[in-house]
Amino acid sequence: MIQALLTVALVVVSALAVAKFPRSVLVFLLFQGSLVFVYRAQIPEWLRRSLLAVALLVLMPAIGYFNGYYLEIATQVGIFVALALGLNIVVGLAGLLDLGYVAFFAVGAYSWAIFGSPHANVIFGGGFPLAGWWFYVFLLVGLGTAAITGILLGLPVLRLHGDYLAIVTLGFGEVIRVLANNLDKPINFTNGPKGITPISRPPAPFGLPYGEYFYFLVLLIVVAVVIVNRRLEDSHIGRAWEAIREDELAARAMGVPLVRMKLMAFACGASFAGVMGVLFSAKQVFINPESFTFLESIGVLAMVILGGMGSIPGAVLGATVVTVLNLQVLKGFSLWLNELKNAGVTVLGYSLADLPTQFEPAKYERMVFGVILVLMMIFRPQGIFPARRRQRELAQPGG
Amino acid sequence: MSLFEARSVTKRFGGLTALHGVDFALERGIASIIGPNGAGKTTLFNIFTGLYAADDGSVTFRGQPLLGLRPDQITALGICRTFQNIRLFSNMTAIENVLVGMNSRIALGLWDVLSHSRSFRRTESDLAARAIGLLDRVGLQANANAVARNLPYGDRRRLELARALAAEPALLLLDEPTAGMTQGEAGTLMRLLRGLVADLGLAIILIEHNMRVVMEVSDRVTVLDHGEKIAEGSPREVQENVRVIEAYLGTRGAGPRGARRA
Repeated sequence: MIQALLTVALVVVSALAVAKFPRSVLVFLLFQGSLVFVYRAQIPEWLRRSLLAVALLVLMPAIGYFNGYYLEIATQVGIFVALALGLNIVVGLAGLLDLGYVAFFAVGAYSWAIFGSPHANVIFGGGFPLAGWWFYVFLLVGLGTAAITGILLGLPVLRLHGDYLAIVTLGFGEVIRVLANNLDKPINFTNGPKGITPISRPPAPFGLPYGEYFYFLVLLIVVAVVIVNRRLEDSHIGRAWEAIREDELAARAMGVPLVRMKLMAFACGASFAGVMGVLFSAKQVFINPESFTFLESIGVLAMVILGGMGSIPGAVLGATVVTVLNLQVLKGFSLWLNELKNAGVTVLGYSLADLPTQFEPAKYERMVFGVILVLMMIFRPQGIFPARRRQRELAQPGG
Repeated sequence: MSLFEARSVTKRFGGLTALHGVDFALERGIASIIGPNGAGKTTLFNIFTGLYAADDGSVTFRGQPLLGLRPDQITALGICRTFQNIRLFSNMTAIENVLVGMNSRIALGLWDVLSHSRSFRRTESDLAARAIGLLDRVGLQANANAVARNLPYGDRRRLELARALAAEPALLLLDEPTAGMTQGEAGTLMRLLRGLVADLGLAIILIEHNMRVVMEVSDRVTVLDHGEKIAEGSPREVQENVRVIEAYLGTRGAGPRGARRA
């Protein structure tokens, strides 16, 4: 009871605090932390669900009204949560180490970017861009295209394990990026390194601003992805994937059709990335191959590992922590330091204004990230929320 | 026609002939395959279950040729096995291990899973109930939610048996099921196997080193040595066969190859 009151109070206070200090990074971090607390606190299930729903459906858009950048962060978090959940199927459940995952994101993004922009006129003559509502159709097209790409990647790598698989998928990721970079000749499909713009956006319903619109759309997709993920995990398909991860030979001998299950893992994982790719291209209006580098694949993999391999809450939290760290904490720290510098503050007789720009925290994004990963691997290698085995209720044996 | 029949099965690894024209047939009951280490017993199992491709010969199950089928297809036909060095899905619970064994009996598609269709929910609860029943049969129902790698050695062996039974096999291949067990545990296990044969009409092929178990439980015994069948018959006949004694104890003056286990 006390804990329930405390939890509600924490969420309300932190949300109010964000409204009061819309520019404070720490206060927004407190709000995010309160959501994690809600998830972990020992409170009735209905309270947990309604608190999370209120926070995500009402408070977060309201916060976006005070500071639009926070809504952008939340949207980005959602995109990466979906990517991490997709990769979690391939790496966490089926145990197939995929270092080129962002390729599927790229496939989804380019599928809408090409047809949703005037660029398609170069290939097919006139008639483009497609009307905004086609975007919803393309969410499915992106899903399908990415799933097929996943199967195409899966076919040649069926016999590979571990390190070998990792290297081939890494190569595959690079192939897709290089294709995007170079498919501007002889027929201009991707417009090469210049990228494609402007990409159409769907008409937003109820006159919602695009920030809010994409936030809600991402939230909707993330909820769908979580449900799909959970249902897969709690089915014979999920068990077959885990069996393959644990012991491929034994899994085959127990009747798991290896080829079908591996291809299904690649296709399912890829499809989530495909959907988010379509959304990403519409949200950004502009995409180029730079958004789909190897570093992005590694980033998503790090989210999965940081959160806990094979764990859905882990993937969600991992994606959130990494994205918030990149977009909010380190950037916010840089801004704060800059303000101190401009104000001419001195520390122990040393003027911060003399601090060289190389010391800007935002430039240390990858290093801080690396240090966190190393520390995690030493002190909590199983991840923040490791996968927990489902405990089944045991009925009396009846047959 | 026999339930299970292998004819002149040959397997070579490079220059080594692991199996040389082995014939084997089983109608019902329990047949044991014995022989010194390296005689080719496990290789034979791997061929029967589709993990290895034979170089020559034929294997049929209920008249259907098995060679060339994938392991999961063979399991779906009704042959399942355990492994000499236990190969459980270590990070999954006992009941989940058993549920994986039922994979070939599940006729649900991706859409059933995603939509949580009625048939999906019914199937899942049926499977869980059956899994509990199987765990009960091998005496592990109290450990259903235990992670496999945390189980004691004997329990892991029995869990592997339950997992193999989950595939509803008509023929069960057990690779040294009593290895590492005390004589008492081995006796319990053998009573369990006898019960399976009696209740479910299972046929069992047993690879076994524990001679007391072999002689007690087997209807027929096949002896392999150096990849060749050197004897076959009732336990008593095999026990008195001169070539078998030679293979196990060596001829007069030769080294005691394989004697340790005999």
